[in-house]
Amino acid sequence: MEKDQDQILSDVTTGEYKYGFYSDIEMDRIPKGLSEDVVRMISAKKNEPEWLLEFRLKSYRHWLTMKMPAWPNLKIPKINYQEIIFYAAPKERKKINNVEDIDPELKKTFDKLGIPLQEQKHLAGVAVDAVIDSVSIKTTFKETLAEMGIIFCSFSDAVKEYPDLVKRYMGSVVPYTDNFFATLNSAVFSDGSFCYIPKGVRCPMELSTYFRINSANTGQFERTLLIADEESYVSYLEGCTAPSRDENQLHAAIVEIVAEKNAEVKYSTVQNWYPGDKEGKGGVFNFVTKRGMCKGENSKISWTQIETGSAITWKYPSCILRGDNSTGEFYSVAVTNNHQQADTGTKMTHIGKNTKSTIVSKGISAGHGQNSYRGLVKVLKNATNARNYSQCDSLLLGDKCGAHTFPYLEVDNQTAIVEHEATTSKIGEDQIFYCNQRGISTEDAIGLIVNGYAREVINKLPMEFAVEAQKLLQISLEGSVG
Amino acid sequence: MLIINNLKASIGGKSILKGISLHVKPGEIHAIMGPNGSGKSTLAAVLAGREFVEITEGTVTYLGKNLLDMTPEDRAKEGIFLGFQYPIEIPGVSMVNFMKTAVNEHRKHKGLDPLSASDFLKLMRDKKELVEIDSKLANRSVNEGFSGGEKKKNEIFQMAMLEPRLAILDETDSGLDIDALRIVANGVNKLKRPDNSFIVITHYQRLLDYIVPDVVHVLYDGRIVKTAGKELALELEEKGYDWIKKEIENNVTA
Ligand SMILES: Nc1ncnc2c1ncn2[C@@H]1O[C@H](COP(=O)(O)OP(=O)(O)OP(=O)(O)O)[C@@H](O)[C@H]1O
Ligand SMILES: [Mg+2]
Repeated sequence: MEKDQDQILSDVTTGEYKYGFYSDIEMDRIPKGLSEDVVRMISAKKNEPEWLLEFRLKSYRHWLTMKMPAWPNLKIPKINYQEIIFYAAPKERKKINNVEDIDPELKKTFDKLGIPLQEQKHLAGVAVDAVIDSVSIKTTFKETLAEMGIIFCSFSDAVKEYPDLVKRYMGSVVPYTDNFFATLNSAVFSDGSFCYIPKGVRCPMELSTYFRINSANTGQFERTLLIADEESYVSYLEGCTAPSRDENQLHAAIVEIVAEKNAEVKYSTVQNWYPGDKEGKGGVFNFVTKRGMCKGENSKISWTQIETGSAITWKYPSCILRGDNSTGEFYSVAVTNNHQQADTGTKMTHIGKNTKSTIVSKGISAGHGQNSYRGLVKVLKNATNARNYSQCDSLLLGDKCGAHTFPYLEVDNQTAIVEHEATTSKIGEDQIFYCNQRGISTEDAIGLIVNGYAREVINKLPMEFAVEAQKLLQISLEGSVG
Repeated sequence: MLIINNLKASIGGKSILKGISLHVKPGEIHAIMGPNGSGKSTLAAVLAGREFVEITEGTVTYLGKNLLDMTPEDRAKEGIFLGFQYPIEIPGVSMVNFMKTAVNEHRKHKGLDPLSASDFLKLMRDKKELVEIDSKLANRSVNEGFSGGEKKKNEIFQMAMLEPRLAILDETDSGLDIDALRIVANGVNKLKRPDNSFIVITHYQRLLDYIVPDVVHVLYDGRIVKTAGKELALELEEKGYDWIKKEIENNVTA
């Protein structure tokens, strides 16, 4: 099994941006543009209940009153929302029950990406939900998981089959009024993954969602809702890729996590959306709201992210530490090469007593890349004995790139202990030459050094994906020195 | 093995090497001595392929090939090893990972399969014993926080791992205590074979008590001004470089 994985991982990782291909799949698209009618149309396409349509409309109307925020350290070209197609889905031939029913083109697409839609040998320890453009195509291992009471399905299916759970939790962590892109998502979201781990259950396999943007001029607006009931555990991973295109594509997603008493959630992201070409043309705008609520005592939410793709990344996976003794973690590696920009970090809000948070952020900038860490540690009045440790490191390759850190602190409780460390380093020519002299090529030397630098974060990823992440890091920096 | 012919090189427009010729045969140990700033490390840098040294004249032939045409990593894989005067720290990269990559690159170059994890660790263990370096050092990041002497021993350890054809040791003896000096010298002597050669750059005769050179050169102001047997080192130790400087000046004025 190990071999199979290595094979897949190595297939996935040679050359430049390897996922830039486009699949010719018959699609059902709505006309471009955004209006109340479009919101209704999306809801109708999905046969949604009235309450969900109301949620969308309420969000849309609120969005009309909002302005895109200007505070990130990013240069964002103006986005024309009337030019975007807000819903695109592969045409369904009939209800998909097994792999044979899936459009062969679609199957090929996921095969190329190394993502198994079959419940078979490779990646046997991983259940996959595959989302292309706007809809979830297939969720594997559904039945196996169901035996333990675990629900893992597309968001759309959850709306139909578990409306009470969805109603209760959707918007409870990221309210529809939260921010410009979260509100937009709440109005037009198309699909995503839904996961519920019942009380006392340790999910026996990795759950993962693969997101793929395929169609041109479409935005991707998915929503993930993950609920870990008391004493449960789950490790979840998302991966993302998109075709290479000259125009920018918008991705505005929401991830909400709820961890009840004694529950633990590990959420890992390997983000590899198309980053644009060497001159900065094209690429995905990755504007995502991710937030977890440690609702119960002793609950724990841990975010790990490897961000190598996207033209612009703007995201702050955050934790609200409401339960006493709850823990929030954020481990991040963000790479910006060529003309990529990233403004990323986290927000840890300490509400309960004895709450702990750890932040480890590793930025890597190369080419003309600009990398900003932005983090807020907030300790509220009643959060006695709150602890935070933050470490922000920046690594620079070359002298045209930039690294910036914006740590914010709001502490309203005297007993809090908050620590912050920051370093900036450069890969020196001396270090590369030293490697060369031992027979190691410059590219491999950078790979070694970068992976060494990012090891603390990579080690937090599930084993199966750590290898993939390492190779991704190296590839995304290819050609960045010399 | 190595033929250097009338090599001239400069750094940032300043001429440093002013016509060096040197012939190293298989199995030989050459010592290079000479005052600070005379160009010893620059010569080593040229042989290893550092780009900031510009070669303005001359040729270097290594095992019949034009060395100056080869990339630094190809030189390494063809058997040239440089023990750095100032070894570089690479934080975050473990010695194990670093050496595994290096050893496997060498093997790939020779058309061999990579070593298995267990074979590699065994090799590491054997070589660590050979050069008597502390096991703990091998588990740390490359040279990070190593003491001066530990860094030098680590160079010898790497040399032992890579088994070069031509090892250039740039003041590997500097900063070593007496025991470490013996260990470093033993490391060299154990690697010595009829088909490989050493260029040992040093300031001190005492290293040459342990590593007996076939030839001793004196490099002065970018030129090799004297070449003799191992007794030259003793003479230098005793008299310093002044008499050589005088000899040269006399030659120039004569
Ligand atoms: N990177 C550099 N930039 C500018 N000058 C340099 C550089 N490297 C070496 N030099 C100069 O070249 C000359 C020779 O230096 P080199 O390091 O080769 O001497 P050395 O013989 O090894 O001396 P030491 O015994 O002190 O190690 C010196 O004058 C030095 O200042
Ligand atoms: Mg020197």
